[in-house]
Amino acid sequence: MTEALDILLTASFWVAAIRIASPLIFATMGELICERAGVLNLGIEGIMTVGAFAGWFTVYSGGDLWAGVAVAATAGAMFGLLHAILTVPLGLSQHVVGIGITLLATSLTAFTYRLLLPEVTSPPKIEPFQPLPIPGLSQIPVVGEALFSQTPLTYLAFLTVALVAWVLYRTPLGLAVRAAGENPSAVEAQGISVSGIRIGAVMVGSALMAVGGAFLTMSAFNSFFFEMINGRGWICIALVVFGSWRPGKALLGAILFAAFDAYQVRLQQITGALVPYQVFLMLPYLLSILALILVARRATYPRALMIPYQKGER
Amino acid sequence: MRLEPKPAPSIAVALLYPAGAVVVTLALTALLVLAAGASPLSVFGLVARGAAGSQFAILETLTRATPLIFTGLAVAVAFRARLWNIGAEAQLYAGAVITVVLGTGALPWPSWLLLPAIAISAMIAGALLLLFPAVLKTRLGVDEVVTTLLLNFVVLLFVSMLLEGLLKDPMGLGWPQSRKVIEAAQLPRIITGKRLHYGFALAIASAVIVWVIMKKTALGYEMRAVGHNPEASRFAGIPVNRVLMKTAILSGGLAALAGFSEVAGLKGNLTLDLSPGFGYSGIVVAMLAMLNPLGVVAAAIFVAGIFVGADAMSRTAGVPSYIADVMVALSLLTMVVAILLMRFRVRWR
Amino acid sequence: MTPQPPTVLRLTGITKRFGPVTANDAISLELRQGEVVALLGENGAGKTTLMNILFGHYVADEGTVEAFGRPLQPGDPRAALDAGIGMVHQHFTLAENLTVLENIALGTQKLFAPRLDRSAARRRILSLASDFGLAVDPNAIVAALTVGERQRVEILKALYRHARILILDEPTAVLTPAEADALFATLKLLVAQGLSVIFISHKLHEVMAVSDRVVVLRGGRLAGEKAISETNRSELATLMVAQDVHLPPIVDVAFGARLLLLDQVSTAGRVSGARLDRASLALKAGDITGLAGVSGNGQAALAALLAGTERMTAGTVELFGEKRGAWGAREALQLGIARIPEDRHAVGTIGDMSVTENVILESYRGRRFCRRGFLDWPAARAFAEGIIRDYEVKCPSPDARIRLLSGGNMQKLILGRALDPEPRVIVANQPTRGLDVGAVAYVHAQLIKARDRGAAILLISEDLEEIVALSDRICVISKGRISEPSRRGAKTIPQLGEMMAGHGLEAAHAS
Repeated sequence: MTEALDILLTASFWVAAIRIASPLIFATMGELICERAGVLNLGIEGIMTVGAFAGWFTVYSGGDLWAGVAVAATAGAMFGLLHAILTVPLGLSQHVVGIGITLLATSLTAFTYRLLLPEVTSPPKIEPFQPLPIPGLSQIPVVGEALFSQTPLTYLAFLTVALVAWVLYRTPLGLAVRAAGENPSAVEAQGISVSGIRIGAVMVGSALMAVGGAFLTMSAFNSFFFEMINGRGWICIALVVFGSWRPGKALLGAILFAAFDAYQVRLQQITGALVPYQVFLMLPYLLSILALILVARRATYPRALMIPYQKGER
Repeated sequence: MRLEPKPAPSIAVALLYPAGAVVVTLALTALLVLAAGASPLSVFGLVARGAAGSQFAILETLTRATPLIFTGLAVAVAFRARLWNIGAEAQLYAGAVITVVLGTGALPWPSWLLLPAIAISAMIAGALLLLFPAVLKTRLGVDEVVTTLLLNFVVLLFVSMLLEGLLKDPMGLGWPQSRKVIEAAQLPRIITGKRLHYGFALAIASAVIVWVIMKKTALGYEMRAVGHNPEASRFAGIPVNRVLMKTAILSGGLAALAGFSEVAGLKGNLTLDLSPGFGYSGIVVAMLAMLNPLGVVAAAIFVAGIFVGADAMSRTAGVPSYIADVMVALSLLTMVVAILLMRFRVRWR
Repeated sequence: MTPQPPTVLRLTGITKRFGPVTANDAISLELRQGEVVALLGENGAGKTTLMNILFGHYVADEGTVEAFGRPLQPGDPRAALDAGIGMVHQHFTLAENLTVLENIALGTQKLFAPRLDRSAARRRILSLASDFGLAVDPNAIVAALTVGERQRVEILKALYRHARILILDEPTAVLTPAEADALFATLKLLVAQGLSVIFISHKLHEVMAVSDRVVVLRGGRLAGEKAISETNRSELATLMVAQDVHLPPIVDVAFGARLLLLDQVSTAGRVSGARLDRASLALKAGDITGLAGVSGNGQAALAALLAGTERMTAGTVELFGEKRGAWGAREALQLGIARIPEDRHAVGTIGDMSVTENVILESYRGRRFCRRGFLDWPAARAFAEGIIRDYEVKCPSPDARIRLLSGGNMQKLILGRALDPEPRVIVANQPTRGLDVGAVAYVHAQLIKARDRGAAILLISEDLEEIVALSDRICVISKGRISEPSRRGAKTIPQLGEMMAGHGLEAAHAS
C-alpha cells in the first residue's frame, strides 16, 4: 500500500504526468476557444490525428521540428476552416459536421500515410524534441523537476494557456469571442461580424488541437501510427466542461487527469496480473464520464453554444 | 448571406440533391486519385466492378451492407429524436458479446428458439448501454455525444478483457478471440456456399418495421416531434423524457442486432476487429438516407459497395483502400449541405 | 423665421421583400437634427424591418440610406455605427453573463489591441451616465439588472459610440409607466444636446407625448406624415388602421359558475423565470378575465402553471368546483383547458413538421386519431382541412411545413387546434402579439365566441388597450402578485398603469 502512495512523491511520476498532460492542454485550449465562441468542435479527434501526422511527416521528410509544429497547426486550421464554413454561415448541425470532420480527417490521414509510405510495415521514427531543463528552476525537487525539465513543446503548452487566458479576459478580441458565445446578436449590434469571430476562433482552436496531436508524434512517441489519438480528443471535450470553460481550471483538470493516467500505469506495474490491464486503460474514459456527471448540475454552458446565428436574427 | 426556408420540392427534385452530393463527392475523390497517380475513371470503374460487377461482388456488398443497415437504422432513429447516439459501435459489440455468451452452448435450445432468444437478449444489452447516456442526458443534462463516444472505448476494452479472460477460446492459440457459436445459434446462409446470410433479411425486415414505426405510429410521431422541437412537444403534453428513453431502447437495440448478425451470421465468433467502424459508418449511412429507414437500406448498400469495391480496386490499381473511408466521410459532409440546400434558399444579400 | 435644422438622415424609396411578402414598399423618410420622429404603425406594418435596413441588419431590395449627407453602405451594422447611428432593439442585444462595462465596450476598441482598456471605458461610462441621468454600475453582471436598467445600458452603448441618431424600437413595451416617463425625460435631454431620435411605437399616447413629428406606416407603406402640433390621436388612429376594424359589440353577460380558482399560489420558477408569489385568481364561465401587467412579472409562470408545465410550491387550486393539485400538460388538455402559448414559433408549433402534424399535436393520443398506437393519417388530414376551412387559414396544403406560414395563419391553426374540443377554460397568453390588424380582429372574435358559448377565458396581454377592449373583468399582475379583479370600465387606464407598477397590490392582498 505504501508502495502505491510513494509513487506520488517521485519526480519521475510528475514528469510523466506533465508530459501526458501536454497534448491534452493544447487540445483542450483549442476546444475551449471554439466553444467560448459558440461552436462545439467534434472534429477534434480527427484534427489531432492530422496534426500528429503532419508534424511527424514534416520532420521525417527532413523538416525542422518547429516547421513540423507550424505545418501541423496550418493543417489543423484548414480543417477548422472547413468545419467553420459548414457550421457558422451555413448553420449545419455541429454534431454531424464535427463527426464528419473527424471521419474525413482521420481517413485522409490514413490515405495520405499509405500513399506516401506504401511499403512501410513498422512506422519510422524521427528525432523528437529533446527535454530542455531550465537551469536553476529544474533543480527544485519534485515540482521544479516536473515542470522545468520538459521539452519545449510542453513549455509552449503552458504558455498557450496563459496566452488564451490573457486574450479571452484582457483583450477586446477575447471579449468579442466570449460575447459571440453568449449572445451573438450583442456582437453584431456592436458592429463586429459574428461569423468572422466564430470562424477565426474555430480555426485558431483547431490549430491548437493539431499541435496537441503533433506533440504525440514529436515529443512523446517519436513516430506516427493509426489510432494513436485513441479518444484523447473526446476526453478534451470532457475537460472543457470539467474546467467550466475557463483556461486555468481546464489546465488543472488536464494535469489532474494526466496525473491519474500516469498513476494508473504505475499501479498496473505494481498489481501485476491481478487486475486485467484493460481495467486500467478504461479508467481515463470512465473518469471523463464521471467528471461530466460531477459538474453537470452546475455547468454553465456558453449560452449560444451549438446555436447557429443568422445575421439580423434576434 | 441568409438562409430562407423554401417549400419542400417534389420527390423527383428531392432525389437530385443527394445525387448532386454524390457527384461532388466523386469529383473531390477524383482529385485524390489523381494525386495517387492513377486515372479517376479507371479507378471508379474498378470500384464499381468490385462492388457490383459479378454475382460474387454483389453478394459481398450485400453482406457488408447488413451490419451497416442495422447501425444506420440505429443512428437514424436516434437522430430523428435528436438523441445523438455516436455509440453504435459499442452497442454493436454489446450485442456480439451477448451472442457469444448465449450462443456457445450455454443454452441447449433448438435453433428456432435459440436465435430469437439471443437476438432479443442482444437488443436488451444494446438498449441498456444507450439508456445510461440517455438517462444522464435527461436527468443531469450531460451531453450524450461525449458519453456515447467515450463508452465506445470503454466497451472495446471490456471486450478485449473478455477475449483474454472469460470468453477466451482455449483452442485459439493465444489469439484474443472467442469460441465459435454452436450450430443452432448460427443464422443460415441465404444461398448455400455463399457468405450472404439471413442477417440481411433480418436487416431488411427491421428497416420496414422501423419505417412503419416512424411513419404510422404515435411513437414515431412523438419521436419526430421531440427531435424537431422538444419545448413545443413538452407543451403539447408529449412526455419528452420518456420518448427519449424509448428512442434509446430502439436505437441501442438495433445497433446490437448488427453485432448479433455479424457473429451469428458471418464470423461465428467474436474478435476485436469484428467491426471496422460500422458504428461510425452508420452515421454516414443514416445521413445519406436523410434519416429515412427505407433509405437506410439503399445508403448502406451504397456505402458497403464503396468499401467492397475499393478493396478490390486497391489490389489492382495500387490506390490505398482508405480512399473508401475518405469517400464515405466526404459524402456525409456533402450530403448535409445538400439537405440544407433542399430546405433553404441561400441569399447572398 | 429660424432656419430649419439640417437633415441628418434620409431614407429614399426603401423596398424590402421577404418571399411573397413586401415588408417595406418604397418608403422615404427624413430626420432633422434635434427632433424626435415617431414611427407609428400597427404590428406588422414594417417599422422594425425599416429600422433593420437602416441599421444594416437587412439589405433593402431597392432604395438608399443617407446619413449626414453621405450614403450608407448597405448591410453593414458597422457602417451604421460609424455614421453615428445607434439602435436600441426591442429585444435587448446584451450578453447576460458579461458585465455592463464589457457589453458597452464590446467592439469599441481596436479588436486586435493587446489590452482592453477598462479604466478608460469606466470613466467614459460614468461620465455619460451622469450627463444623461442613466445610472448604472459598470461592474454589474447584466443578468442581475432589471429591464429598465438594461435599457439604460443599451442607450449608453449607443451614446458611448458617439451616436448622433438614436433609434428606439418599441422601447416602452417592457417598461412600467413610471419607467417609461423616465425614458421620455432622457430623450428630452438627448435632443436638447442635438441628438436626433426615431421612436418606434404603436401606442398613440406615447407618440403624442414625446415626438415632434410622426410618420405613419401601414401594411408596409407610408400612410402619412404629420407634425404633432397639427394632428390628433383620432386622425393618427385612422391613418394607422387600414379598414374600420371594430370589435363585435360586447354584451354584458351574467357570470357563470367559477370554473377555476387559484388561492395564494406560488410557483417554483423552474421554467418561467419570474415566479408567482401567493397569487389568487378566479376564472368564471362566460367571462374573459384580462390580466394586465408589464412583461416579466409572473405572467409566464401563471400561464405555464395553468398549461401544466410549471410546478406549484404553495397554495391551493380548485378546478370545476373540486380542490386538487396542479396538472401536467397532457392532463390539462384532458381536463378541458386550452392553451394559446405566448411564443407560437418556439412553443406553439413545430416548424419543420406539416400543418396536419401540428394540428393533432394536442390530440393525437385520443381515439379519434389513434388506434392501438397507430395513427389514422387520413382522419388527421381531414381534421387539418377542417380547421384550414373553418378558421380561414391561408396555406398551400395540409402537408406544407408550418414554418412557411405567416404568423397570423399559424395563430389561426393554433386557435383551431385549441378551440376544437370546446374547452371549458382557455388560457390565451399574448394571443395577438406580432399579428396584423386583420388577424388580431379574428383572434379577438374567436375568443369572444368561445366566451359566449360559456368558456372561462384568461387573456394575458401587455397591451393595456387590448385588455380594456376585450375583458369583462380585469386583474393586474405585478411582481408575481395578482390584484383583485375589477369590472371593465371601473378603473381608468392610468389607474391600471399605477397598479402595473405595483401600487395597491399589497393592500389588496392584506385584506
